[in-house]
Amino acid sequence: MSAATETHGHAGHGHDAHHDEGFIKKYLWSTDHKMIGFQYLFTGILMAVIGGFTVYAFRMQQAFPGTHIPGFGRVTATDYNALVTTHGSVMVFWVAMPVLIAALGNYLIPLMIGCDDMVFPRLNRLSYQIFLLSSVVLVASFFVEGGAFGGAWTSYPPLSAKAEYSLTGTGSSLWLTAVALEFAAFLMGGINFVTTVMNSRAPGMRMFDVPMVVWMIVIASILFMASVGPLVAGAIMLLFDQQLGTGFFDPAKGGDPILWQHLFWFFGHPEVYVVLLPAMGIVAEIITVFSRKKLFGYKTVLYTAIGTGVLSFFVWAHHQFVAGIDPRMANVFSVTTLLISIPVAEMIFVYIGTLYGGSVKLNTPMLWALSFIAEFLLGGVTGIFLGASGADVYFHDTYFVVAHFHYTFFPIAFIGAFAAITYWFPKMFGREMNDTWGKVHFWGTIIPFNGIFIPLFLLGARGDHRRIYDYRHFPDLMKAGMQDLRVFATVCLLVLLAFQVVFLVNLFYSLVRGKKASANPWNANTLEWAAPSPPPHGNFPEGLPNCYRGPYEYSHPDRAEDFWPQHVKGA
Amino acid sequence: MMRPIATTRSATGIPTGKLAVWWLIASEIVIFGGVLGGYIMHRLGHPDWAHQAIHTNTWAGAFNTFVLLTSSLAAVLAHQAAEHGDGKKAAKMLYLTVVGGLVFLVVKSFEWSHEIHAGYTITSNTFWSFYYTAAGIHGIHVIVGMIIMLFIAADAAKGKELQRVENVGLYWHFVDIVWIFLFPLLYIAK
Repeated sequence: MSAATETHGHAGHGHDAHHDEGFIKKYLWSTDHKMIGFQYLFTGILMAVIGGFTVYAFRMQQAFPGTHIPGFGRVTATDYNALVTTHGSVMVFWVAMPVLIAALGNYLIPLMIGCDDMVFPRLNRLSYQIFLLSSVVLVASFFVEGGAFGGAWTSYPPLSAKAEYSLTGTGSSLWLTAVALEFAAFLMGGINFVTTVMNSRAPGMRMFDVPMVVWMIVIASILFMASVGPLVAGAIMLLFDQQLGTGFFDPAKGGDPILWQHLFWFFGHPEVYVVLLPAMGIVAEIITVFSRKKLFGYKTVLYTAIGTGVLSFFVWAHHQFVAGIDPRMANVFSVTTLLISIPVAEMIFVYIGTLYGGSVKLNTPMLWALSFIAEFLLGGVTGIFLGASGADVYFHDTYFVVAHFHYTFFPIAFIGAFAAITYWFPKMFGREMNDTWGKVHFWGTIIPFNGIFIPLFLLGARGDHRRIYDYRHFPDLMKAGMQDLRVFATVCLLVLLAFQVVFLVNLFYSLVRGKKASANPWNANTLEWAAPSPPPHGNFPEGLPNCYRGPYEYSHPDRAEDFWPQHVKGA
Repeated sequence: MMRPIATTRSATGIPTGKLAVWWLIASEIVIFGGVLGGYIMHRLGHPDWAHQAIHTNTWAGAFNTFVLLTSSLAAVLAHQAAEHGDGKKAAKMLYLTVVGGLVFLVVKSFEWSHEIHAGYTITSNTFWSFYYTAAGIHGIHVIVGMIIMLFIAADAAKGKELQRVENVGLYWHFVDIVWIFLFPLLYIAK
């Protein structure tokens, strides 16, 4: 279709949007990709509050065991298991996934590739509705008999398969159902993202003109689609074990509990990269804009991202070094695991190369982007200890693992999301967020974050086991200062949680009262900044843009302005 | 709802609907891959499952394989008719495909009720757990495919959305191919 007819067709579309839509049609039953993105975003923020509350309750139990915890009461052993499980599942499946992939993917993809919507808008709406249903099922599981599922977010059988072990029969089945529904939702979303980017790019946008964050979301969606299948199958089998009494994972009936670990981690490890890559993409967008430089090595980042994705399918058994795996096989997985740090390090080098010699502007989104690089690096480096099977035998199931995992996932799920929200907020809502309060929130998050997890590394190195409800029963783990470290980490957590209020107030205040934002407040190149802030239904009221160049043409020597938007024609 | 312009673009040259079906199939392959991979690993470790597998009805399975393959032929003919713009014939062929799926399910239900009466239920042994689970997931795919096909056939009969005939055909062939894997693994391997 030629650009002229597109413009014409679009004008009609834009006119359509002026009709007053009802509240339900506009906010709840919308097929507009931006509204669906917001639905995912705010559901994700709401779930993050649940995830934050659960960590508050169980960290308080660790620091002050057996006491009455304000806002929760006394934490029983069953509560403790449910809290830990809920924290893990919610933060991975109901915060990181919906915010980084679904919310940003939905919001950004059509805008950044210069078209008016996803290719399957109704499938998109259905995907959110199924996701919402999955959240409702998960929250409902808190209130059934026996309480929420308490078998850890990895849900290993036999603990998860038998109600007499986990003590949460109904809760386990509801948890599994919720996870399965969520996977169905993200499969629909993923197919939509990939086909949209493949087919509906602006005229003139070639493969290497696609902004990095879009590439990353597409690669992540493909990784998700290619890895989640075995876990879907495993979830059905586990549900049958729970409800029908089959024995897929029960050795007494001829099954094997290790099979679950294979099925789970075949998905579970690529899942890390499913959420990492979008965060990496967000960082690429932000550091190019705020150092006014071209991305140093666009193709390098792209190829290393693909390389990371491919390698991530061959590392899963590093979660099973103590599960009776053949040591020769463990060596193979040690090697693949250590190999994967090469492409990730490559990306970080590229980002540092982009910063080098740039005119760096340290505003809130940039601070988040830079801290992502620094903190994720620590997460990656500590992973080397765990990837080496010999060291892992010692560290396995200690707080060292917990700290390592959080040094990767917190930067991904929260630092990445804060970077994205503060960067795209003017586009999303047509108003600016307060930069000073943004910085207060930044320092109030980053400092206590390190304060929580550095002590956990130290505890883990001293053999602190991660699944203990009350350390007073384990004198070996109460030696010299260990409890003090736990208390210190918990106090830091309280500070971190308190500073999130600053963010929420800034977010909601700016939504209503923030300074009106212009269409392109950061002088950025990518196509979403060619649309008005906020973009109307149909995105580009003056006709869909064409694309003339790559996304990172900053400080071009032949131009007076230091940016060169993708949709601007000619030299 | 007005159709977004996004749906009319095709940078790859492949129609968007078809592209989506291919991605759907890609994600389904790994779902069945998980079940069958798990089954094969178990089967290799349990030669004794052969004593269970002899109780499956190989002839019924073979007949069902024949039925599904034939229904796939009808799906191809429907695609051919749709290519020529003959919506009525495409619809007729799609209905024939649905009949094939129906026969498959009827044979399957006779088989299952026979086996359950003989005492081989989903909880008898891990072989039977896999047998019912794998074939059950496949059966759900057959049913879903039939329902979608009925909708598409109704449209095609009016000459609308003919490109969808090929897309549902792709999905049906995939379901067919999954059965080609299930049949030897569950019935023939003794």
